[in-house]
Amino acid sequence: MSATGKVDLSVRIGGLTLRNPVMPASGTFAEGLEKVMDFNRLGAFVTKTITRELRAGNPLPRVVERPGGLINAIGIPSKGVPYFIETTMPHYAAYDTPLVVSISAPTAEGFASLAAELSIPGIAAIEANISCPNIEEDGKAFAMRAESTEKVTRELRKATALPLWVKLTPNTGDVPEVARAAEAAGADAVVVANTILSMAIDLKSFKPCLGNIMGGLSGPAIKPIVLRQVFQCAKAVKIPVIGCGGISTAEDAIEYMLAGASAVQVGTATFLQPAAMTTIIDGLEAFCLRREIPCVADLIHGVVIEEADEPDLAWLDPVS
Amino acid sequence: MAPSSPERGGIVMSIQHNQSQAARSGAAIAGAVCSSAPWKASIVAEFAEVVGNEAVNAEYRHLVVNCSEEAAAAQPGQFFQLLCPQPAGEQPFLRRPMSLYGADPEKRQVEFLYKVTGAGTRGLDMLKPGDRLDIMGPLGVGFTLDPAWSHIVAVGRGAGLATLAPLAKAAKANGTQVTAIFSARRPELLVSVELFQRQGADVIAVTDAEATSGPANVERILRRQVAEGRCDAFFTCGSSRLMRVQQRLAREFGLPGQVAMEQQMACGIGLCYCCVRDFHVNGEIVNRRVCWDGPVFDLMEALP
Repeated sequence: MSATGKVDLSVRIGGLTLRNPVMPASGTFAEGLEKVMDFNRLGAFVTKTITRELRAGNPLPRVVERPGGLINAIGIPSKGVPYFIETTMPHYAAYDTPLVVSISAPTAEGFASLAAELSIPGIAAIEANISCPNIEEDGKAFAMRAESTEKVTRELRKATALPLWVKLTPNTGDVPEVARAAEAAGADAVVVANTILSMAIDLKSFKPCLGNIMGGLSGPAIKPIVLRQVFQCAKAVKIPVIGCGGISTAEDAIEYMLAGASAVQVGTATFLQPAAMTTIIDGLEAFCLRREIPCVADLIHGVVIEEADEPDLAWLDPVS
Repeated sequence: MAPSSPERGGIVMSIQHNQSQAARSGAAIAGAVCSSAPWKASIVAEFAEVVGNEAVNAEYRHLVVNCSEEAAAAQPGQFFQLLCPQPAGEQPFLRRPMSLYGADPEKRQVEFLYKVTGAGTRGLDMLKPGDRLDIMGPLGVGFTLDPAWSHIVAVGRGAGLATLAPLAKAAKANGTQVTAIFSARRPELLVSVELFQRQGADVIAVTDAEATSGPANVERILRRQVAEGRCDAFFTCGSSRLMRVQQRLAREFGLPGQVAMEQQMACGIGLCYCCVRDFHVNGEIVNRRVCWDGPVFDLMEALP
């Protein structure tokens, strides 16, 4: 229920009920945001992706801005599983907000063993990041193809009883096909999508702007593309779709829900306005109140697609 | 008023809550908001009102804004993230980190000193008195002044002079004498000199134009300060070469020091890991976030 108690903001994602549909995108959220917003207001926490191996991350520069967005190649710095359990998790245990842990591994078996190890009290769901463009050569990732997505999802499904979210890439020609593969292999939800593989070159030095050469574009620049992919995926699968791509305002979140998203993730917007997520939650409630929508979940798949009227040709019929 | 590290109240509080709350089940369902004390933001983005935005020399401009009590409580070495206006034909997307140049809690003002170098600072350059500017801060860990220090040395170059500036007032309030060694390409590009002199500091200017800014000459000046008992600690910003000189002397004489580091940033609040640098800590090389773990670090742990 919302702050005013007049709008039901809750949504269901597989077996999990969230108090509202707004959560951070992995990699744009950390304990420091405690100073900016009341963590008990968020729909869920989504951690930075953790890996089993210790990772330093990519060479600098790790970010470059472009009109309407930024390209990042952070490279998933990770301090490993014991650090996560002993140091990161306790920060979130104080809050009454489900903790979703984002994981990555180089192999399907690696994904499965990490999911098994993290299926512990205090973790509400696993988000499998099979789509980071920055840690595989040339942006290759499991989610580029349906077959590899199905294989890794099947291994993950066997390894954990927790709700399993699979984060897809926008960098493939047929995202709905990949979403169907994740659903068939037992995913409880798909997150659509990750960043768009991109590049920028500095005209002074002729060098790539990023230490990793290529990176992932995020921000308002990508919203219309990912919105289209959410629309296509929501038609293709029965499991919930979580929208993620350039959401900065409540209007963006509503657009995603109308396209078929059951919840949304907010990332780059937090870099510009650190309280973006709570502003979006307030805006969702205000919109529902104004439009007399009792439950925010009523927006999901609410896009109105009118069939073109069949032309009435009866008057041409010479008999009648 | 001595500067101190910003409190990490939120994190301490969450650990206390942790002990009083039962662990959640694996498939937790979000329920009622817990009934602890009302939560209050300690980092906010706010609209500040521009009071002044004037050139101070051929390169630097001085921006003064009216702000909230929280923002005006900024400590030396901390910084703000400014959402810059868009100059014609350009779209600075990210906020721009800007060192605190001055803070006045009574007038509720903060000041910045900037050089126009890119789309963001070209946007700042457009600001007129009365305009609104979205500022977020104060952010990061600032300088710390030990009340036991009777005399410190501040060594800065370029934009580093702006970062060191608020130390002058804080040191005076702490009863600490300051010798400032300020380096620039040419004498007319030095900033903060009068600001330090007004607070009673000795300022020694060294410049490339006068061939006095080389590390060997700065080392000679610093050794004299140490020999005369006028250096209980080093404070520095803006030059790797000068930082290395101070690290060497700090080790030789067993003196403490602090350095304000710079790095390209995106979020400014520890989320994105864009601004990491290597530090030398207990024989290991570790990555730290300049925006969150710094920007002020132990002099001996910093790597150029």
